[in-house]
Amino acid sequence: MSEKDFILAGEGLNRSFDGFKAISNLNFYMDTGELRTVIGPNGAGKTTFLDLITGRTKPDTGTIVFAGEHELTRMNEYQIYRLGIGRKFQTPTVYVEHTVFDNLLLSLGGSRTVFSTIFARVTAEQRERIHEILKTIGLDHRAEALAGSLAHGQKQWLEIGMLLAQDARLLLVDEPAAGMTDEETAKTGELLLSLAGKHSIIVIEHDMVFVRQIARKVTVLHQGTILCEGTVDEVQNNERVIEVYLGRKART
Amino acid sequence: MADAPKKPSPTTLVTLGFALLIVVIVPILNAFLPEANFLHISDFTLNLWGKYFTYAVLALSIDLLWGYTGLLSLGQALFFALGGYALGMHLMLMIGKLGQYHSDLPDFMVFLGYDQLPWFWEPFRNFGFAMLGVILVPGLLALVFGYLAFRSRIRGVYFSILTQALTYAACLMFYRNEFAFGGNNGFTDFKTLVGYDLREAGTQRGLYIASALLLLGVFFFCRWLTTTKFGKVQRAIRDGETRVLFTGYAAANFKLFVFVVAAIIAALGGALYVPQVGIINPGDMAPEKSLEAVVWVAVGGRGTLFGPIIGAIGVNALKSYTTRAFPEYWLIIEGLLFILVVLFMPKGLVGVYGQIRAAIAARKERMS
Repeated sequence: MSEKDFILAGEGLNRSFDGFKAISNLNFYMDTGELRTVIGPNGAGKTTFLDLITGRTKPDTGTIVFAGEHELTRMNEYQIYRLGIGRKFQTPTVYVEHTVFDNLLLSLGGSRTVFSTIFARVTAEQRERIHEILKTIGLDHRAEALAGSLAHGQKQWLEIGMLLAQDARLLLVDEPAAGMTDEETAKTGELLLSLAGKHSIIVIEHDMVFVRQIARKVTVLHQGTILCEGTVDEVQNNERVIEVYLGRKART
Repeated sequence: MADAPKKPSPTTLVTLGFALLIVVIVPILNAFLPEANFLHISDFTLNLWGKYFTYAVLALSIDLLWGYTGLLSLGQALFFALGGYALGMHLMLMIGKLGQYHSDLPDFMVFLGYDQLPWFWEPFRNFGFAMLGVILVPGLLALVFGYLAFRSRIRGVYFSILTQALTYAACLMFYRNEFAFGGNNGFTDFKTLVGYDLREAGTQRGLYIASALLLLGVFFFCRWLTTTKFGKVQRAIRDGETRVLFTGYAAANFKLFVFVVAAIIAALGGALYVPQVGIINPGDMAPEKSLEAVVWVAVGGRGTLFGPIIGAIGVNALKSYTTRAFPEYWLIIEGLLFILVVLFMPKGLVGVYGQIRAAIAARKERMS
C-alpha cells in the first residue's frame, strides 16, 4: 500500500509531561474511510493522542502526516481544522447560548476571517445543508432550541453534527457514549456507522458493548504505545490485552 | 432567522422614542422654556446628562468586550482618557494667548520652562487631526497590546490583570511632568472648540446633543454588530473558546478586532467627556476608574445593550446625589450595590424582570 492511501500516519511519536511518558514511540496508520476504535485503560494516552493530531499539544519527537501531504505537528488548531480534521470532545462542547441551528451555522465550511463574518448572510443553500444535518443527527425538531437546553445525548449528537457541517474528512470522536443511556448509545453507534466510509473516523471509547457495536478494527493503547491491533474478538482474546486492560477491568 | 423583521419591533419603537426625547426634546426644554417653568431643564442638568451619556458609551464598550466576548477588561477607562487627552491637546492649543501666561504655549509648558512646542503637539492645532488622534492613538495602543496578549493566549483573569496594569502604567507615566502632557494637573482652562466658546450655554447644549447622538450611534452599531455572524462568533468565544478554535476560527483575530473597536468607542466617549467636564488629568486613568465602569455594566446587566446604558446613568445619578447628600458613604454604597448585584441579580437590573418571571413560573410548577 502506498503512503497516499493513509488518511493519517503517525510515526515515532513521543510526548512526556514532567517525566511522565504520555505517548511513547507510537506508530499509527489509518486508511481513508476507515472507522477505527481506540481503547485502552485510563492514562493510556488516548486523549493526548487526539491532542497531538489536533495541534493542542506538540510531540517531543515524531511526525503526523495527514492525507499523505500535511505535516500536522507544525500547524496550530485552526489550521489543522481547516484541513478537514474535526474533533468531538469528551464532554460535549457546544455553544450553550446559541440555538442548535446557529451551532451548526458557525461550523459550516466557508471563510473564517473577521470581515467575512461581519458581512456574512445565511444562504438558502446553507439553510438546506443545516436541515439535512439536523435530520442526520435526529435534531430537526429542536433547530431553534438553545443548545444548553438539550439533553446530554442530544448535545453529543449536535457536536457530531458540527463536525459534519465542516465536511471533516477525519472525525476524532472522544468517548461519545459517556454518560448516555443504552438507547442513546445505540443510536450514537448507528450514527457513527452511517458516517464511516464517507468520512474517516477515530473513536475513543471505554464502553465495550458500544465498541462491539461499532468496531471494525480496534487499536489498543497502553502506556502511550500500541499494544495490539485487530478485530474486537482478536483483541479480546489477546493475552497481553487481557492482562493490562480487560483483566484489570474484570477485577474491579 | 437572521432576516430583519418587516415591522419595527416594540423595542425599536421605544428606542426611537427615547432617541427623539434625548436628542431633540430635552435640548428644546433647556433652550426655549423659561427657567420658572417646571419642565425647564437647567444648563447644569443638561451638562450632567451629557457627561452621563459619555459614561454610557464607555460602559457599552466594556460590555462589547465583557458581556459579549467574555473579555473582562479592567483598563477600559484608559482608552476613554486617551481619547480625552487627544482632543484635550487641541483644546489646550486653542487657548492661545488667553492663558495665564499669555504665551502661545499651554500654561503648564511655560511653567515647566519649555521654550517651544514639542513636535508631536504641533499637528494637534488642526481639529481634524486631533479627531484622527482620538481614534488612532487608542486604536493603535489596543492593536499592539491586544496583538501581544491574544497571540500569547492570555485569557480570563490574567487578561484582566494585564489590562489593569496597562492603565496603571499609563497613569503613572502621565503623572510625570517631563512626559509633556501636563503632569498631575493634566489639561484644563479650555476656552474654545472649533471657534465656539465652551462657557456658552449654547456650546454646551451642542456638546450634549453630540453626546446623545454618539450614544445612539454606538448603541445601534453594537446592536448591528452583535446580530451578525461575527456577533455569533463573539458569543461563541465567550461560551466555548476551545470549540471555536477547533471550528477553524482564529479566535485571537476576533478578540483583537473587538478589543480595538471597543477602544475606539471608549475614546470617542472620552473626547466628548473632556470639553463638557472641562478637565482631564491622569486621575482619569487610575485603575479604580476602570473598575467603576465595570460596576456600571454589572449593575445594569452585561450581555445586553440597554443594561450598560441604564447602569452607567443610574449609578452615576446615584453617585451625584449621594456625594452631595452623604459624601462619606458613597464608596460604601457603591461596594454594597456591586455585592448585591453579584449575589442576587446576576443579569443586572435589566435581568430582574426575567428573574421574577422565572421565579413565578418555578413557583407555579411546584404548586401543580
